[in-house]
Amino acid sequence: MSTKTQPATRTLNLVQAVNEALDLALEQDPRVLVFGEDVGRMGGVFRATDNLQAKHGEHRVFDTPLAESGIVGFGIGLALAGLRPVAEIQFAGFLYPALDQILSHLGRMRHRTRGRYSIPMVIRAPYGGGVHTPEQHADSPEAILAHVPGVKVVIPSSPERAKGLLLAAIEDPDPVFFLEAIKLYRSVKAEVPQGYYTLPLGKARVVREGQDASLFCYGGMVEVCLKAAEVAAREGVALEVVDLETLVPLDTQTIVESVAKTGRAVVVYEAMRTQGFGAEVAARLAEEAVDYLEAPVVRVAGWDAPYPPFSAVEHHYRPDARRVLEAVRHVLTY
Amino acid sequence: MEIIRFLDDNGKPLKDPPFEAEELIEGYKALRRARFFDEKALILQRQGKLGVFPPIRGQEAAQVGATLALRPTDWAVPSYRESGVALTHGLPLTHLILYWRAHPAGWRFPDEVRLLPFYIPIATQIPQAVGLAHAAQYHGEDWVVAVFIGDGGTSEGDFHEGLNFASVFNAPVLFVVQNNGWAISVPTSRQMKVPHVALRAQGYGIPGVVVDGNDLIAVWHTAREAAHRARNGEGPTLIEAMTYRIAPHTTSDDPKRYRDEKEAEAWLRKEPVKRMQNALKHLGLWDEERERALLEELEAEFQAALEEADRTPEPEPWEIVEHVYAERTPDLDRAWKALGGPA
Ligand SMILES: Cc1ncc(C[n+]2csc(CCOP(=O)(O)OP(=O)(O)O)c2C)c(N)n1
Repeated sequence: MSTKTQPATRTLNLVQAVNEALDLALEQDPRVLVFGEDVGRMGGVFRATDNLQAKHGEHRVFDTPLAESGIVGFGIGLALAGLRPVAEIQFAGFLYPALDQILSHLGRMRHRTRGRYSIPMVIRAPYGGGVHTPEQHADSPEAILAHVPGVKVVIPSSPERAKGLLLAAIEDPDPVFFLEAIKLYRSVKAEVPQGYYTLPLGKARVVREGQDASLFCYGGMVEVCLKAAEVAAREGVALEVVDLETLVPLDTQTIVESVAKTGRAVVVYEAMRTQGFGAEVAARLAEEAVDYLEAPVVRVAGWDAPYPPFSAVEHHYRPDARRVLEAVRHVLTY
Repeated sequence: MEIIRFLDDNGKPLKDPPFEAEELIEGYKALRRARFFDEKALILQRQGKLGVFPPIRGQEAAQVGATLALRPTDWAVPSYRESGVALTHGLPLTHLILYWRAHPAGWRFPDEVRLLPFYIPIATQIPQAVGLAHAAQYHGEDWVVAVFIGDGGTSEGDFHEGLNFASVFNAPVLFVVQNNGWAISVPTSRQMKVPHVALRAQGYGIPGVVVDGNDLIAVWHTAREAAHRARNGEGPTLIEAMTYRIAPHTTSDDPKRYRDEKEAEAWLRKEPVKRMQNALKHLGLWDEERERALLEELEAEFQAALEEADRTPEPEPWEIVEHVYAERTPDLDRAWKALGGPA
């Protein structure tokens, strides 16, 4: 009889990686509960919870009524009783009905009880555009969430990062928003390690090294920035791509170190430009890296308008490699 | 809808109370204690020794009665006005005083008291209470959750989402609505077109009952029955306690601007503390001598708590950035140092 050793990795897309992380979390910790709209038999609108109910039972993985404030509030209650809720909100653009729970309690409970209660809850939501969704299905509300004291915001950009970061988010003692770029769900595949592993929250990472300018991005924009860097490389320009990955708490050190090396920065995000998360990155560079800067920090973002539902014009809103390269040219020739 | 009562307006028992004599006496003491704190808090507020305070005068039986039905293992989830609930469920007086002084030391309730912090935004605690109750089912434990709200609060979306969740999940929850006739200046008739909040339970397929909220025995009994049902896996109950707050909305409110004070006077005649005291006297369980002794006890307890609160050192500036996350983030660490926090 031959025993086959398990391969150390497998090729998965991002949604499969999320599914695997949830499966492992449910297996590992009986306090973990997965719930939301259509997550049970249906496996979620993107199949992120596929088979989990069949495997772990209806008391661990269940459908809730269609009520976002109810879902988040219910999860807070579960967490207060020592459970580890992992809620799915069907699209990040539908988090708004739950903003009251988020702002009033989710991030504040530890503080307002002076440490007696924490809410170790994870709220997962698909976000962002690029896949021709209907109205209000492509919002990127990360800056709104990042402005809530007491919560963390994590946005993975690859399957192997998604798996390890989601498991870390579920282990984390504080509430974590885990936003998954819809565009990346099936478009990127990667070798994902088998078994249970976590990756630290609160760290940015350099995904491509370069000396001429830094591109700061996260989630769905990492792919766009890597493409821009590829094109620039052919013209002899070496761009550094930094995936912020955790927006809260933000790894300022890695951001500053990158600019210390390149002297130039472009921040790329797909939410509307004004008050978007890139504004925070630019502000930190102004505060802490002004001595290194050879040019103003430039933002490439959505326009100050709602994300367009008309697929024919969507690409005019969502930053692409061409717009990133225009900004790069600007900071290089300033 | 039928209104559940055990006492007439003057406190004369209409039927045999379903409690032992000792229980009735303990119940009255808890009621009197809630009133005592409320009176003292108003004085402290006027002396500038307490911040804005929401009094409960008139509503004590609704709060204390429902809480008496709970065991120490059950949870109470209060709104901002629930000092009667908090005290009855075991929150030390010192904590309550410090809470209303906005002192951090009063914001961390003792671990053994199953009381969530007072909720300031209206109705937001409702879905949370249901989640908490669902956890009892998940853990296979028999504790129940009592969550408190005013009639105005039942207009909020979270109230309805919470009721719906509770009914779908069959969660062991008591929704205790204190219908005191007003939400600041807005009468119940401007909150809803149905005559009773309890009718709303029908829309969620759960029992809704109306009880005389100034009748301690009626509220206590009704809540005890609801808790019993919840513990037996029979799901949530909506309890509407009909009451009236004789005191203003908060210490910064002037009810004369919107309310006819004759209305308050009429309710004063059936106010819950006197009524329960009369009930005990009718049953031969109470007299003026015992009342005097109780008030002396309460006075001594209050003075001791007040002195302890007064002795609590002023908060340090860095406490405002403590307890945001389990561990200080780099940004908060910077704030900590800027505020002079110890290394
Ligand atoms: C979400 C929210 N909106 C408004 C307020 C301001 N507010 C405080 S109490 C109150 C009225 C509440 O009335 P009710 O629910 O009947 O309770 P009562 O104060 O009468 O006990 C209002 C509007 C608040 N605290 N929260």
